[in-house]
Amino acid sequence: MLAFVIRRILQSCMVLLTVALLAFTMFRFVGDPVAQIVSLDTPAEEVRKVRESLGLDDPVIVQMGRYLYKAVQLDFGISYQFRQPVIELLAERAPATLELALISSFLSLAIGIPMGVYTALRRDSLFARVFQSISLVGVSLPTFLIGILLIYLFAVTLGWLPSFGRGQVVTVSGRWSTGLLTASGLKALILPAITLGLYQMTLIMRLVRAEMLEVLRSDHIKFARARGLTTRAIHFRHALKSTLVPVITIAGLQLGSIIAFAVITETVFQWPGMGALFLKAVQNVDIPIMAAYLMIISALFVTINMVVDLLYAFVDPRLRATIKG
Amino acid sequence: MTPESVKTPVLELRNLVVEFVTRHGTLRALDGISLSIAPGEVLGVVGESGAGKSLTGAAVIGLLEPPGRIASGEVLLAGQRIDQLPMEELRHIRGKRIGTIFQDPLTSLDPLYRVGEQLIETIRTHLPVTEQEARERAIALLAEVGIPAPEKRIDGYPHEFSGGMRQRVVIALALAAEPELIIADEPTTALDVSVQAQIIAVLKKLCRERGTAVMLITHDMGVIAETADRVAVMYAGRVIEIGPVRDVVKSPKHPYAKGLMGSIPALDERPERLLQIEGSMPRLTAIPEGCAFHPRCPHVIPKCHESRPVLEHVGAGQVACFLHEVRS
Repeated sequence: MLAFVIRRILQSCMVLLTVALLAFTMFRFVGDPVAQIVSLDTPAEEVRKVRESLGLDDPVIVQMGRYLYKAVQLDFGISYQFRQPVIELLAERAPATLELALISSFLSLAIGIPMGVYTALRRDSLFARVFQSISLVGVSLPTFLIGILLIYLFAVTLGWLPSFGRGQVVTVSGRWSTGLLTASGLKALILPAITLGLYQMTLIMRLVRAEMLEVLRSDHIKFARARGLTTRAIHFRHALKSTLVPVITIAGLQLGSIIAFAVITETVFQWPGMGALFLKAVQNVDIPIMAAYLMIISALFVTINMVVDLLYAFVDPRLRATIKG
Repeated sequence: MTPESVKTPVLELRNLVVEFVTRHGTLRALDGISLSIAPGEVLGVVGESGAGKSLTGAAVIGLLEPPGRIASGEVLLAGQRIDQLPMEELRHIRGKRIGTIFQDPLTSLDPLYRVGEQLIETIRTHLPVTEQEARERAIALLAEVGIPAPEKRIDGYPHEFSGGMRQRVVIALALAAEPELIIADEPTTALDVSVQAQIIAVLKKLCRERGTAVMLITHDMGVIAETADRVAVMYAGRVIEIGPVRDVVKSPKHPYAKGLMGSIPALDERPERLLQIEGSMPRLTAIPEGCAFHPRCPHVIPKCHESRPVLEHVGAGQVACFLHEVRS
């Protein structure tokens, strides 16, 4: 078990290193940050000084080494546009994104799994057909369009919910600003959470349905029927558990992409999260922020992946043996 | 008749017809199956793949996969009709009065639950016992099917057992609630030859001790000869010969049964080559008129094309063939 975790951590470090190198080299070609910082009539001498102070005239390999060395200490440098440490900027924005992502994932699992089970068990019922059709819409409509439609309906036309922002936030334990504790914060969360989670929800529903139908045809379910077990035991004790093994993986990976792709939802709803910050950084060629964001997202992905593997083993005894060895 | 055979059979099928309704019309997969199994008797059911052996087993326990359904005929368990019971009542019969063993022990058990959990849930579904009593019973069952150190193995997962050991667990599960009848569908086909004999021995011993009747579905004539009391030979969804195992194996009456028995290699004699039946079994969509076997039969007579032979008593058994009708 410990060996497995250590091996996975080493692998994760390799992945992160690769991402860091890629990110760093890629951003070398995005544009000249100095041009963004200085104005058009700045004397050449001053431009040179700025370049020097940012370490931009050192050889690329030196810059890369310096960057990595600092990154492992969570020092991602100073943002060109805000003149603040990047890590502070991200830490400020992280609660907004994480709250949005976690609530969306929770919603998509809490609604998607029961809907998938229902559509698999009552395949021919009216509701199952309706759910199936709705899920097609969820899978095929782009996120920004769903967001705009929701805003139009619930914020503009009906006026029930705010169309942008996070509402009122409260700071807990000094650092974490949460919108979950105020009424306006919760109201502001509803539309973005639905927008961000709808695709995942329909994906999970369709996945659970397909998996469950597959499992219901399998030999051990046939044998469970022949043993005379109750329908409830067959469906929920045996079939559902087998179904959830692959669903865990997908749901885990989806959590990663929910966080990463919150960019679009955050933009539509002007949600003050990391995604919005990243987008602004892209517009201003703010390399430190972009690189740090990429690093943090890939670190999240890698961590989630590892947790998923461990969860997998927790559910499936066959994998426990592999992991122990 | 001896008083023994007057007893109500454990299982009786009367003219059982199973059909599949498809877009291309109705396919008749079982066409008038009639057979019975006496208490404690082992009835072997043999035939090629697709003859309807497994389907017969599935029809008895009410687990035909849709669109398959029983179109007509009766299934009687100890004299009581069970083919029209509501789903829930049939479920109480499955596992409690009729145990089932499937072909592949590697996939029959739920991989995510311990062997003991599966035994205990089966026992507690059918018998009013406490968790602790069920566990003791489960350990006793595992010991009976020959699993060493059952009090330890009961907490193992299926993947920790070998194929043969898993089939023993499946047998223990089938016997968990002391059924009157076991339907064993190819119980040894997926196993190594060396393990097959052990599994058959365990099954035979336990059923004899408990007086459990067995419907042994297989295409392995060796297993039949060794285990069964009587044999039913199936062809294209019909029973074409049924009788005591010695008669059917040593002196089959139906030309198809003759061909089937002739295709078993024997160790003591060395024929030039094994007997082979020309052609192959017809598909469900193209079962010929009259006797389904007539296109392949070496002794075909005009009557075979027109009307369908029914099972008639010949000696100790029954045969569905005009050749024997003519003779008797």
